[in-house]
Amino acid sequence: MLFHSVSRLFFLKWKLNKVNFLTWAFSVVLITILTASAYGGLYKTDQERQAVAETMANPAMIAMVGPGFGLDHYTSGAMLSHQMLLFTLIVMAVMSILVVTKQTRTEEDDGILEIVRSLPVGRLTPLTASLLFTMVLNITIGILVAIGLILINIEGIDAEGALLYGMTLTCGGLIFSGVAAISAQMAETARAATGYSITFLMAAYLLRAIGDVSNEMWSMISPLGILIRGEVFVSNKYFPVIIGILLFMVFLAFAFWLNDHRDVGAGYIRSRNGRERAAKYLMTSLGIAVRIQRTTIISWFTAMFLLGISYGSVFGDLEAFFENNEVIQQMLGNNPDYTLTEQFITMLMVVLAIFSTVPGLLFFLKIRGEEKKGRLEHLLVRGTSRIKIVTVYGTISVGGTVISMFLAVFGLWISSSAVMEEAIPLINLLQAGMAYLPAMLLLIGVALFLFGWLPRITSLVWFYLIFSFIVVYIGGLLNLPDWIVNISSFAHIPQLPVEEWNNGRLAILLTVDIIIISIGMIGYRKRDAAG
Amino acid sequence: MSIVNMNAVSKKFGSFVALNNIDLQLNKGEVFGFIGPNGAGKSTTIRILLGILQPTSGHAAIFGKDVWKEAVAIHEKVAYVPGDVNLWGNLTGGEVIDIFLGLKGKIDKRKRDMFIDRFQLDIKKKCGSYSKGNRQKIALIAAFASNADLYILDEPTSGLDPLMEQVFQQCVEEVKNAGKTVLLSSHILSEVEKLCDRVGIIRKGEIIETGSIDELRHLTRMNLVIATTSPILDLEKWEGVHDVQQSEESYRFQVDADKLTEIMKKLSSYGIERLESKPPTLEDLFMRHYQE
Repeated sequence: MLFHSVSRLFFLKWKLNKVNFLTWAFSVVLITILTASAYGGLYKTDQERQAVAETMANPAMIAMVGPGFGLDHYTSGAMLSHQMLLFTLIVMAVMSILVVTKQTRTEEDDGILEIVRSLPVGRLTPLTASLLFTMVLNITIGILVAIGLILINIEGIDAEGALLYGMTLTCGGLIFSGVAAISAQMAETARAATGYSITFLMAAYLLRAIGDVSNEMWSMISPLGILIRGEVFVSNKYFPVIIGILLFMVFLAFAFWLNDHRDVGAGYIRSRNGRERAAKYLMTSLGIAVRIQRTTIISWFTAMFLLGISYGSVFGDLEAFFENNEVIQQMLGNNPDYTLTEQFITMLMVVLAIFSTVPGLLFFLKIRGEEKKGRLEHLLVRGTSRIKIVTVYGTISVGGTVISMFLAVFGLWISSSAVMEEAIPLINLLQAGMAYLPAMLLLIGVALFLFGWLPRITSLVWFYLIFSFIVVYIGGLLNLPDWIVNISSFAHIPQLPVEEWNNGRLAILLTVDIIIISIGMIGYRKRDAAG
Repeated sequence: MSIVNMNAVSKKFGSFVALNNIDLQLNKGEVFGFIGPNGAGKSTTIRILLGILQPTSGHAAIFGKDVWKEAVAIHEKVAYVPGDVNLWGNLTGGEVIDIFLGLKGKIDKRKRDMFIDRFQLDIKKKCGSYSKGNRQKIALIAAFASNADLYILDEPTSGLDPLMEQVFQQCVEEVKNAGKTVLLSSHILSEVEKLCDRVGIIRKGEIIETGSIDELRHLTRMNLVIATTSPILDLEKWEGVHDVQQSEESYRFQVDADKLTEIMKKLSSYGIERLESKPPTLEDLFMRHYQE
């Protein structure tokens, strides 16, 4: 009777989580298909693709995306499996971890599991239903990706490879849903469960990175390392999928065993006790706001630094690569007075600036999350003014953006100087990058404005960021009219070193920033402060 | 001197009227019980007093200062315990107590440790693993260990066990004896009856009754059980008599407080053999107001 009423509970889970299901399935499939067709459009000849292969054959890239199988004959398929498979696997892993944790440990924390278990339901039924849900999700994505890849009909992406690609993705998702199921038994809270699973994922990635650049043995202990060794679209090996399924079944059995031998609400790893007293810095509104986002802040800073390093690592072979690719030249807006590398830097700086705005916005939007959870009230009723609270979050946001940008540029400089014969001076890069601050500030200003006046739709600021990204990244290809391009704050920044520094434009943008931030603050002072 | 003063305060959310012309006065040194069913507007009233929500119309003041404009100054002397205490999962109880106290100024360590001890809280645990009652204890400790003149407590004991409930009641008594003012919103009527000097009943956004519990009793009905020598045939039809239940020898019914003298006179003519009277409990009061 361990599994009594599984189907009933499964349909309940489906009913409750179908939006979640469709969103994940749709996004993963869409991203894969779009990237695959983009490869087909971007690199039309073998020559162009081989040039890309050149930029991939360095330790930094291998550590990031894995060893390049089929670099000597770099077809669109080989490119897809080399550059995208690992990242999509990570997305599948994160998805499975989030979905499983939400349906198991979070429900347990909220007391829902207790109610379910008081009904005529088997002891293992809730976990089984959640895992079934995740299995269906992973298999659906695998099948849809395979079908999609076959349907877009690009040379170098054949049916067998497409099927294996889909299966590999499914396997990755399944393995990590098993990991999440185990973590959900081990941990005492959903928060800890997610932490364990994500730590496992990061360890798997790092182990693979180390193994791929040094001794392959390490990669073979990592599920991610094994899965990418199917050499999809190159030699299509099936052993990773088989190992993946076996691994999933072992994890599953272990998770079931653990679940069967514990009490509802209990975990195998007791959460550690913490400090009895608060540190001095914690007793300020700034201290709290930083402390509750500490992990997010550190992760983003690390990620931005690594992003900078990875961009910098391709600088060595850039010129040869650009010569061969007309689409890239068009994206850069070919200006004969400057080297393509210089023009590439302008492009890169916009992209890094937009990426650095993401953590900045996240750090600010935390204020809305805190408000919704009723935790901002704790500060508001203890003599902290609204202006102070919003200033604190704004400061963290601006500071976080500046530091992110600095780290990205610094990382870019480190790795580019290592691979270039003539290194670009750090100060030039920093100037080009930091010129974007007024543009980044405007995004934070818009977020603050929305928070002050239209708190319910604060997160719409993301659309403005995505819009800006599209405009600067592929605006050149799309031939967008100027007025549309000008809506993006990033379009108003002089693109150093190709364009000249322009005090006037930056000053105007800064003035707009200050005005919009002030208006936003007034709004927050005037509105109801309850979530 | 009135510590809290609400004058014709209304609050609308869109077209929904959450509060309609609320008048409320709390005098220095009194414990005021604020009762009403879920969704009646208790928490909205409290949030207006805390300057978190802005009243649509009317005026509210604490210590004679406008609750909206001078919120920060007022809060230095106010301690608040919300009904639903949401805390940061990765901080410990001890850290949160220190944060709450630290935001209001210097921490009185002796007082803090004493209340931690009285409420028997394990402060080394992460807030994510506390039960509702334990999270409430954190807010209560932070409130009682701070230096406040007004305590605003919004259903502060809904998750506490009877033992802790008792500790809570002692704390309120001590605060009251020290001349502080308390606004206690609660569903636990025995607690209100025991602690409060005055009570306000709110229903559908309006305060329908305020006064001391004795005063309120006068407004309501008395429970009587009577046995008479001759039967009273038309008792149901008497003015001021309600809910008559007849058993073999006795009648059980309720009498409007203002009709009591008249009815007793009439009853005596039937020859009273036995008479029991019970004052209405707060629960009777409460039920009467809500069932209508």
